[in-house]
Amino acid sequence: MHPVLIIVFLPLIAAIIAGLFGRIIGKTAAKAVTTGALFIGAILSWPIFFQYMSGHAGPVVVPVLNWIQSGTLSVDWALRVDSLTAVMLVVVTTVSSFVHLYSWGYMEEDPSQPRFFAYLSLFSFAMLMLVTANTLVQMFFGWEGVGLASYLLIGFWYHKPSANAAALKAFVVNRVGDFGFSLGIFGTFLVFGTVSIPAILAAAPGMAGSTIGFAGMRADTMTVLCLLLFVGAMGKSAQLPLHTWLPDAMEGPTPVSALIHAATMVTAGVFMVCRLSPMFDVSQTARDVVTYIGAATCIFAATVGCAQNDIKRVIAYSTCSQLGYMFFAAGVGAYGAAMFHLFTHAFFKALLFLGAGSVIHAMHHEQDMRYYGALRKEIPITFWVMVIGTLAITGVGVDVGGGLGFAGFWSKDAILQSAWASGGVAGTIAFWLGSLAALLTSFYSWRLIFLTFFGEPRWAASEHIQHALHGDHADHPDDEHGDSSHEPHHVAVGSGGYHPHESPLPMLVPIVLLAVGAVLAGQLFHPVFIGAGTAPGYWHGIIAFSRQLAEAAESSALWVKLTPTIVMLLGLWIAWHNYIKSPGSADRLVAYFPGVYRFVANKWYFDELYDVIFVRPALWLGRLFWHSGDEGTIDRFGPHGAAYAVGVGNRITYRLQSGYLYSYALVMLLGLIGAATWAIWWAK
Amino acid sequence: MNGLPLLSLIILVPLVAGVLCLFVKAEGARWIALVGTLIDLVLSVLLWAGYNPDGPQWQFVEHYAFGGGVSWSLGIDGIALLLIVLTAFLMPICIGASWRSITRRVPEYMAYFLLMEALIMGSFEAQDLFLFYIFFEGGLIPMYLIIGIWGGVERIKASYKFFLYTLFGSVLMLIAMLYMAGTAHTTSIPALMAYNFPVGAQRWLWLAFFASFAVKMPMWPVHTWLPDAHVQAPTAGSVILAGVLLKLGGYGFIRFSLPMFPQGSLEFVPLVFVLSGIAVVYTSLVALVQRDMKKLIAYSSVAHMAFVTFGLFAMNRQGIEGAMLVMLGHGLVSGALFLCVGVVYDRLHTREIDRYGGLADNMPGYALLFMVFTMASVGLPATSNFVGEFLSLIGTYRASSWAAIVATTGIILGAAYMLYLYWRICFGTQRNADAAAMPDLSPREWWLLAPIAVAVFWMGIYPESLIRPMRNDVGRLLDRLEQVAPAGDSHLTLGKAAAHMNMGAMH
Repeated sequence: MHPVLIIVFLPLIAAIIAGLFGRIIGKTAAKAVTTGALFIGAILSWPIFFQYMSGHAGPVVVPVLNWIQSGTLSVDWALRVDSLTAVMLVVVTTVSSFVHLYSWGYMEEDPSQPRFFAYLSLFSFAMLMLVTANTLVQMFFGWEGVGLASYLLIGFWYHKPSANAAALKAFVVNRVGDFGFSLGIFGTFLVFGTVSIPAILAAAPGMAGSTIGFAGMRADTMTVLCLLLFVGAMGKSAQLPLHTWLPDAMEGPTPVSALIHAATMVTAGVFMVCRLSPMFDVSQTARDVVTYIGAATCIFAATVGCAQNDIKRVIAYSTCSQLGYMFFAAGVGAYGAAMFHLFTHAFFKALLFLGAGSVIHAMHHEQDMRYYGALRKEIPITFWVMVIGTLAITGVGVDVGGGLGFAGFWSKDAILQSAWASGGVAGTIAFWLGSLAALLTSFYSWRLIFLTFFGEPRWAASEHIQHALHGDHADHPDDEHGDSSHEPHHVAVGSGGYHPHESPLPMLVPIVLLAVGAVLAGQLFHPVFIGAGTAPGYWHGIIAFSRQLAEAAESSALWVKLTPTIVMLLGLWIAWHNYIKSPGSADRLVAYFPGVYRFVANKWYFDELYDVIFVRPALWLGRLFWHSGDEGTIDRFGPHGAAYAVGVGNRITYRLQSGYLYSYALVMLLGLIGAATWAIWWAK
Repeated sequence: MNGLPLLSLIILVPLVAGVLCLFVKAEGARWIALVGTLIDLVLSVLLWAGYNPDGPQWQFVEHYAFGGGVSWSLGIDGIALLLIVLTAFLMPICIGASWRSITRRVPEYMAYFLLMEALIMGSFEAQDLFLFYIFFEGGLIPMYLIIGIWGGVERIKASYKFFLYTLFGSVLMLIAMLYMAGTAHTTSIPALMAYNFPVGAQRWLWLAFFASFAVKMPMWPVHTWLPDAHVQAPTAGSVILAGVLLKLGGYGFIRFSLPMFPQGSLEFVPLVFVLSGIAVVYTSLVALVQRDMKKLIAYSSVAHMAFVTFGLFAMNRQGIEGAMLVMLGHGLVSGALFLCVGVVYDRLHTREIDRYGGLADNMPGYALLFMVFTMASVGLPATSNFVGEFLSLIGTYRASSWAAIVATTGIILGAAYMLYLYWRICFGTQRNADAAAMPDLSPREWWLLAPIAVAVFWMGIYPESLIRPMRNDVGRLLDRLEQVAPAGDSHLTLGKAAAHMNMGAMH
């Protein structure tokens, strides 16, 4: 039996046990079963990854069951393992097991823990099915499965209207992406006659230059298919203009944000593009679109991240922005760099989220950074791991003697260098936007650190801290408010007598381990993912790794290599100047440009725009069709009109004998049947 | 197969049980009805077990001539088999759903239900045109009575509307049938399925049958009877209406319109696609703004049945097999959703969505099953509806990319209205004390819903068990349609490189 069967199906079994029998076996057993399943998965996954690293393993497909068989369409339940899957197996099981463990501490007081752990494990199962898919349809299964788990976990605290709204929004916006994904699968099946991924990838280059009819146009086949599939990726990976669900998804518990909305699920779109990279390689147009969307999201989300006050929302926009990097890397053809950034990002972003969770835990569910400050002495371990996460995301490192740096230094710099090295217009634009976004990344990341851990304590004004101090929080044990809507008129300075506590061990162990990953993941694994000499031996043609591009990126001009570091230092300096040196200067800047600030702080008004052009018209149309269409037209001229035409006499009878109409109907039908019978005899 | 006239028994058992019901009191009638429907379920399982998917098209054939051209002529193919099994599966559940909620005139109620089962089974089994007609139209009478007698406040209006629509369709169909019998000199359905009507006549015949089947489906714009009928019908009535009676329309298209008038069908493909496309968008949007649970699910049924008409008139294998699976999946899921409505209706006696909320607190078991059926309705993979919708959309795409684009919007809108419904009922805070005090599912209710949940997953994970019996029958239908199937608008034109490669291969 191949270990991947255990890796994939153990979380499903655990989820069923915890979900259905959680009440019977108790919460500790439910937590142990699910956490154990994921740790077993992680322990089995790393050796698989190392096997592929050593170059001794080829792609394996483990069949499970026949699924759909309709004419030439044949879909199996099967698990595929290759070097690309191996990366994802490691990422998913490792982060998921850490998040499970972390949740023992974070969710300690929640009354529905078995349900929470069941959802987490269910998510892990669906994500693993996604990454081991050998057909587009099974990938879609995983795609929808993670969407379901995400929906359930965002709405985990289902008493909160905002959580329910966020969950609904996440599902529906993702469905917009799935709309494109589905059409992409249909079209791919029509063109290639199969949904098997290896078969499609083998046949894709032969389709270069072919055209296909789509919605009344004739267009390049691979461009149409890739763009349709990419719409799915945009939805799942929160790229413009389908990004609006991700920040709202922060309504879910923080471990969920770390696992689903940072490390794994949202990267599924990047995984999909890399998995299908031989397809995308055929269409330059499709890749240009991917590059532009990625670069635009990268800079857009970074600007918004600078103006958020909710600690989780800052990190959420940061995720959105980092996903943009991955996409434009894939768009310029640097699939190895995209996967590498996915890999390192999983560690440092999960770390940042879990660290933020630790801060929130310490601050009694307060998420607004305006009520933080001076926490570095109170929660020192959390402080240090958050700093490590920030060093990793901002890409701190030096390019001497083969290079030495944190995770993001390796992967983000590789992306920017590849974008420049790819040469085209799209690549150049992506490089400059990406560099600018790197500056902003550095700014908002350090702003987060400075606002949270430095300066004076500003806790006293927080409602949550007030609750904690007055002990009336016990009424809402499952409440994580997480809304930064209560606008402070003047922020009171002071601790208010509150003493934050460092988080318990189950929370600290995972974040410390992730911090190790954030330090080492880039340094250790860069030859595997992006090394021009070594990476082709790892990827083995599983993704369309371009050796020429990797070589060109490695031999970029010095200023290209230094740009990320320079902008990173610049961002750090701006943050330091505004929040440490002269703390009032940020507010003065905002006062100078109130319009710009409002535009950015309100997320470029995407939500308002969508409300006006989609949500309201849909409801308005629904009411119009219902009242004016069904009732006002069809019924009026249909059955009601017919009733009128039948004559006044009938109407009088109807009124006189209402309640017995059915007997008339019965007689009428029997009469009809009689007439029919007679007619046949007569016809003979 | 073993000499037992299974098909006749499947009709006769509920008929006899129904007559027996009239001679006993309420409790006796309930038990007779339950036992009768369970026997029918066993018989239909035997039927399934005995059915040979690789055997001849018509199996378990029974034929007794009455003279005068009318005959008791029964037989099934794989398509009919699946619908019979679906009906037999849902019927005991309906009896169970009526166990406590029907207290008035119970023996008659049970008798009507059993009569309806017999007639519906008959219409799937009939091999004679007029036998089919009698079963097909007759099956609606008990439903009509069930709504009219045991329905809600506005039951008369609803049953009147229901009747008027179906009457309109059936009259036209009857005229068409008379013409067919006169022209082809046979009333045998298998013979008519191979008979080539003149192309000019096919057009009118197709329209006449369409009038009847489009009402049953129901297709836009003849769907307005459905929401009213559902709202007024008792729970079990809604289950059968959505689960089985709507499938008569789809079955009619597969059995009559497509094989008997292939040329006519082709000419009207644009009409069907346009009506189905409107149905998907229009009824989904209407479902979004409903305040009545049953009305919402009724409108969603119209949208889902549009996937059936899309798939069938795509006239290719994925489309037709997908359409059949949508019918089966929708039969299970919409039936289950109506049962879910019934569960809370029995407790609070209102279908107004705003009266509920936060039920996940006090009814966790209910919330779980309701979530399963909601997700199945949304078409999540590994549930029954996904396979059907996926196949029927692939088939539609092969016929027309425009149609597929419009149809696929249904997956967005479907998610919106179903999850919005679920949110308002199961999530949120508990707004009403009486709703908050409702007890969770009783063992009886678990017995009604859990088997459907199992079936939903089974269909989603291993649909092969349902595709297998119909594979050859769909193949035969496709042979019949081969000449006329729409070619689609997505023709692939190979590029220079590939064309060059092909040239190379030829040399």
